[in-house]
Amino acid sequence: MSYIKAENLSKEYGTGESAVTAVSKASFEIEAGEFLAIMGESGSGKSTLLSILGTLNSPTAGRLTVNGLDVYNLGQDERADFRRQSVGFVFQNFNLLSYLTLAENVMLPLATLKASRREKQTMAYKALERVGLAEKIKRLPSQISGGEQERVAIARAIVNKPPILLADEPTGNLDTRTGRLIMDFLRSLNDEGVTIVMVTHSMEYSHFARRILHMSDGMLVQ
Amino acid sequence: MTLRDIAVNNLRRRKMRAIFILAGLLIGVTTVVTLLTLVSAMKNDINHKLEMYGANILIVPKTENLSLTYGGLSLGGVSFEMQEIKEEELEKIRDIKNAANVAAVGPMVLGPVKVNDQRVLLAGVDFQAFQMLRPWWNIKGKTPEDDEVILGAEAARVLGITIADKFAMNGREFTVSGVLEATGSQDDGLVFAPLTVAQSLLGKDGQISMAEVAALCSGCPIEEMVRQISEMLPGTNVMGIQQVVKGRMETLNHFQKFSYGVSALVLFVGSLMVLVTMMGSVRERTTEIGIFRAMGFRRSHVMRIIFYEAGIIAGVAGILGYALGFTATRILIPLFTDSHQGHGVAVPFDPIMAGIAFVLAISIGLAASIYPALLASRLDPNEALRAL
Repeated sequence: MSYIKAENLSKEYGTGESAVTAVSKASFEIEAGEFLAIMGESGSGKSTLLSILGTLNSPTAGRLTVNGLDVYNLGQDERADFRRQSVGFVFQNFNLLSYLTLAENVMLPLATLKASRREKQTMAYKALERVGLAEKIKRLPSQISGGEQERVAIARAIVNKPPILLADEPTGNLDTRTGRLIMDFLRSLNDEGVTIVMVTHSMEYSHFARRILHMSDGMLVQ
Repeated sequence: MTLRDIAVNNLRRRKMRAIFILAGLLIGVTTVVTLLTLVSAMKNDINHKLEMYGANILIVPKTENLSLTYGGLSLGGVSFEMQEIKEEELEKIRDIKNAANVAAVGPMVLGPVKVNDQRVLLAGVDFQAFQMLRPWWNIKGKTPEDDEVILGAEAARVLGITIADKFAMNGREFTVSGVLEATGSQDDGLVFAPLTVAQSLLGKDGQISMAEVAALCSGCPIEEMVRQISEMLPGTNVMGIQQVVKGRMETLNHFQKFSYGVSALVLFVGSLMVLVTMMGSVRERTTEIGIFRAMGFRRSHVMRIIFYEAGIIAGVAGILGYALGFTATRILIPLFTDSHQGHGVAVPFDPIMAGIAFVLAISIGLAASIYPALLASRLDPNEALRAL
């Protein structure tokens, strides 16, 4: 049985004549431990599809099951719990909180966890160490480079060891060399069993994935 | 990192907003504390003055006769044809429900005596109780003991006797131990002797003509105490001397109501400031809240962050508000009381008021944050992140 199963997922914004279809009847399956890239031009609906996969954006039609769980049948709180336990997000613009140190940013997903401060600090330190930023834990996001910010965003996404990592254009704001380093890191995470779904419009980086889905005008193109 | 840490970090980051909320609550709490403490201090002041005022309950024998005296003029002999109360009956006053509020009970026996062929009214009193019942008395000389009396200023003038003089009263010799300075009251025309001496002289052993009671309490339930004493002493007529008390208390009650009104208004404005500022803060943090939600924060977690922020500021406002209000009251109290320079009007630290200020600030801070917190929790995480 596939780990993530999308069945006829559709998303429309607006109603009537002004309705815009962002995703249309997308059906696909993802195996556990797979590294999937969703490619497409800007506005093709790939980010919307990613947000649906991350349970952030309810589809107007279709069904999404993760490990057999119909996630959009869950209540708001249960869906939040699902995200906390199962999904890590890496946003295109990093979305680090400027007023928190790197360690504090990484600890954010642990804020609701019933663990001691020391335990949380250790988890954050390990995640930052994993991305090579252990020596900069007390810095603010503004005090590090874009590539480093991306690595902090990844550390934050994996700090609570979620089985799924969703990355939206993780290399979009990075130079080629840094982009490759990030992709290598994502690949190593995937090698450890993390299921990764990455949205990108870069052909070069899409080859780091083991499978590629193409999108055009909201539809999946095989 | 906990939800509280996130709230604290956000307050540090948005200092001006925090200060604005703090100011709104601080003004409200300070105003409430100042006004309520002021009212409390003024009540204490009035009670203190009531103590100086002396007796405020009068106990006289029940009679079917109407008084034939007015403005010091006696139009008949009724005044002297008195019924009596048994002195031991007065002990029952100590058993009334509000007995703790009874500061002094002053029995008094009255009767006419002859001094140098003149009829004079002799009052036998308990001088110890009268120190509290007649705090304005100024005795030249000393308090009398056995076979000693003090004279009212008018009595001394009319009888032509003064301190240390000896004179006969109903055939028994007494020494004048002191003379009262003029009081402008009926006391000026009386001769005062110790109660037992007067009772013996007037042939009224164990009997008294009337009693005065000094009842001291905040917001004295004089009517209630009058009722309680009446029940205990059915053969007497108990009257409250309450006009002055009532007048002052009514004025104070008006001020108290006004204070409550002003407090409510200021608190309302303060809570509006919190509401508007928190709403602005939530709107400003749309993306941040979206990130929290994407990371799996429940709606209640987001609400708790907002409540922590409001609660922390409100707690500080409660503590500072009490301190400021307390200080303001100490500064303002001389302007609101006619005590000389405010001396004698104590404004002590009041832990209950401090507690009220703290709870009030927290309650208003949290109540005013309910809507912003709900607004924050209902933010669609996807929409919030698209707002980037």
